[in-house]
Amino acid sequence: MRTRTEKFHLWEYLVFFAVTAAVFCLCVCVGSVNIPLGEIGAVLKNAFLGQAQTNALASSILIPVRIPRVLCVALTGAALSVAGTAMQGLLKNPLADGSTLGVSSGAALGAVIAIAFGVVFPQIPFGATTVMAILFAFLSLMIILGLAYKLDYSLSTNTIILIGVIYSMFVSSAMNIVITFATDKIQSITFWTMGSLQGTGYTDAALLGVTLLLCGGLIFFHARELNAFAVGEDNARHIGVNVRRTKLVILITVSILIGVCVSIGGTIGFVGLVTPHMVRMLVGPNHKRLLPAAMFGGAVFLMLADLIARTLLNPRELSIGVVTSLVGAVVFVFIFSQSRKR
Amino acid sequence: MLEVKNLSVRYGDLSILKNVSFSVQEGQWLMIIGPNGAGKSTALNAVTQGVGYTGEILLEGRSMKQIKPAERARMVGVLAQNHFVGYSFTVEEVVRLGRYAYSPGFLSGRRREREDEAAIERAMDLTGMTPLRGKSVLTLSGGELQRVFLAQVFAQEPRLLLLDEPTNHLDLIYQKQVFGLITEWLKTPGRAVVSVVHDLSLAKAFGTHAVLLDEGSCVARGTAKEVLSAANLNKVYRMDVSAWMRQMLSQWEEQADDPAVADGLAAADEFAVFGKEESAL
Repeated sequence: MRTRTEKFHLWEYLVFFAVTAAVFCLCVCVGSVNIPLGEIGAVLKNAFLGQAQTNALASSILIPVRIPRVLCVALTGAALSVAGTAMQGLLKNPLADGSTLGVSSGAALGAVIAIAFGVVFPQIPFGATTVMAILFAFLSLMIILGLAYKLDYSLSTNTIILIGVIYSMFVSSAMNIVITFATDKIQSITFWTMGSLQGTGYTDAALLGVTLLLCGGLIFFHARELNAFAVGEDNARHIGVNVRRTKLVILITVSILIGVCVSIGGTIGFVGLVTPHMVRMLVGPNHKRLLPAAMFGGAVFLMLADLIARTLLNPRELSIGVVTSLVGAVVFVFIFSQSRKR
Repeated sequence: MLEVKNLSVRYGDLSILKNVSFSVQEGQWLMIIGPNGAGKSTALNAVTQGVGYTGEILLEGRSMKQIKPAERARMVGVLAQNHFVGYSFTVEEVVRLGRYAYSPGFLSGRRREREDEAAIERAMDLTGMTPLRGKSVLTLSGGELQRVFLAQVFAQEPRLLLLDEPTNHLDLIYQKQVFGLITEWLKTPGRAVVSVVHDLSLAKAFGTHAVLLDEGSCVARGTAKEVLSAANLNKVYRMDVSAWMRQMLSQWEEQADDPAVADGLAAADEFAVFGKEESAL
């Protein structure tokens, strides 16, 4: 009796990809100006073939604005979801996520410091905010986990949540200190704390795509190790997993994923919490299946959240972080009450 | 096979183990005994590099610190005391993890799929887990869960088995099953067992050799018979151990002739045997 196989089959990839593609099309069609699917096809065909656009309005909305935005939303959702899945496996805790642990806030602090004090790394093409966000994400993870292991070696849910809350408060006060030094930049700083993918372009999408490919791929190669950690860290050591190396690889890749996402879209909370949880109910906890499914799931979830943010109060636009946090808070309470029952 | 020399472990200012030495050879079952806080589990953790230590731990003459995790796992398996699995993995998925140490490297080696599958099937048969293979581990009882991890460590095919109070929270029937399975496992040449036990009767019944620890120091080591002497035990446990044991046992003596008890024993024995190929261990 084999109820579940280890691998994610080709047909499953295809189904998940088809759903993601369908949601992508929906999100490109619907907006402040609705554009029918046929029109999109024509615009894309003209753009790829270098012909003159027949529908000036549709092409001026689609090509420079809506398509890159939806692309960035999908990639950010996928990246945050993969990062959340990896952390939940590593820490054996279904509530671990960039936002609950305070890693995203830490990354945002890094980005804000870079803006407020005009930090520049001339040698690095994609800018100081990204590098600072990645560095601060990694630093935050080190601080949070260092504290957690010191206080409670078993890393119980309560400890993780408490430390996440306290660290987030610490970061937000640090953020306020930074803001008092740079009142002239308060507008761009609040953007990081709210989270938005408005106005993102193709370079952002490319950066997200490359990051997801490299870090996501590296995490996927550690699926077996993550399974072992999800069963228990001691058990992982007993069956021969190189515990230190695995931890380091996962923590660094997760930091890069979260750092890049935050530097492009600000802190978008709970994506890495909600989607892995839902996807786990569909495909089970085995990371060989869970990771690819969570990647597609995260893209779909964030695209839908962005769609709601754009259209619910049309013509005004909600911040995408508001939508994800609304959903996320409810799911958080649900998972927490479930994990307490055991 | 395993040699521990002058092992010391400290947590901050606290000295958990002080210059403890012991060794185990093929075919032996070494029992690590002692009162609470004697450092028994810490000694096992040091062997699998779970805690920092000073001194030497040698496996087949090589320092454990030089042996890579996967290579260590192919030689040394561990069965822990409790398990709390966070997610609803199936029984088979958990047992399959036991083959982790045999997976090929990123660029080198070939996966020996048939050997892996055979080891997994054998381990699940032996522990009676085959009918439960598709079940979520979250739905199992404590005794069943312990057998899942026993199957995992059998699938790992180590030569040295480390047990940390493997039946501490379990019903007697599981205690009997687990110790029975490990006794069978040890019959294959080239294998050895080191276990931490609380129950001195178990230590005496199954151990060939023993180490007695007290507050991190080694009080006695040698054959189980020598170490588990009244003089040693009374000193460490600060009470008349054998008098207490006899008093406990005497509660059962008047029932021994009762025919109903004999029937019950036979029934329990039937239940205890899972596979028909126990000798294949």
